[in-house]
Amino acid sequence: MLTLLGAASWHSSIAQTSPALSVAPAAPVAIKRGGEADLRLKAEVRPGFHVNSNTPADEFLIPLRLTWPAQPMEAGAVTFPKPQLEKYAFSEKPVSVFSGNFEIVTRFKAPADAQPGAVPVTGKLRFQACNEKECLAPRTIDVRVTFNVQ
Amino acid sequence: MKGDKERKAAPDFTLKDADGKTVHLSDYKGKVVLLDFWATWCGPCKIEIPWFMEFEQQYKDKGFAVLGVSMDEDGWSAVKPYLERMKVNYRIVLGNDKVGDQYGGVDSLPTTFLVDRQGRIAATHVGLTGGKEDFKNDISNLLATSRAGVDAPRSGVLAFFHRPN
Repeated sequence: MLTLLGAASWHSSIAQTSPALSVAPAAPVAIKRGGEADLRLKAEVRPGFHVNSNTPADEFLIPLRLTWPAQPMEAGAVTFPKPQLEKYAFSEKPVSVFSGNFEIVTRFKAPADAQPGAVPVTGKLRFQACNEKECLAPRTIDVRVTFNVQ
Repeated sequence: MKGDKERKAAPDFTLKDADGKTVHLSDYKGKVVLLDFWATWCGPCKIEIPWFMEFEQQYKDKGFAVLGVSMDEDGWSAVKPYLERMKVNYRIVLGNDKVGDQYGGVDSLPTTFLVDRQGRIAATHVGLTGGKEDFKNDISNLLATSRAGVDAPRSGVLAFFHRPN
């Protein structure tokens, strides 16, 4: 699994440690002009840590976000797995998190007039990791995928 | 807690508090300061905040102050609602990369420094290490240190806080 070193949010001083989350390189995705295809990203959280889910229960927590540019492929719904609800000493309510390995699926559509061939697309995955004792700064990493337009 | 000879000067900084007032660490010279790097998105920080509020209340008239350095990237728009929710009774300033770097690169939050009356770092807590009683004991010990050490340093040269160029 390749660890993607991404841009720290803004506080580089609290973001220079090895990332708590890594994403496996995505295999090229075959897609027909005007057609749709799913991209499955496999993420792994460092043992002992969790990242907030895409729907954290507290307004102050930073959600997991995967965003894609509007072009050259049209990104549709991003589907996250069902989060784990974990109770931590710092929260009265269970916290909605991901830990271990999980998959994020994005549905893409190729424009009808897309040129056949390889089309690279780079998305941004933003996450914030903690454990019971400490939190790491929010980070944003690049997620790269190549579409083979047919 | 570090021994007297192991302590190094706490880097001075210039930051703004929630009222827009300029705050230097050196403003606190002669006091024991609990310097807490934290953020609103940091769950473990939330455990310590009530402790620090209690310390502020208990020791503020004895030459002690808590100074929170928020590392929130969204600034006061995120921090102020949190301070209201938690009813924080001590001063908060908005941190930045430079200050984090001055303190050795604050890799994780919370990171808390206890600064002695001479402006030196006497203890460092990275993450939620130690407990409330550990902090309390350290603060009591630092407060018990004679002011003579502040007012009449043996070396005759006293740089309360190291202000980098």
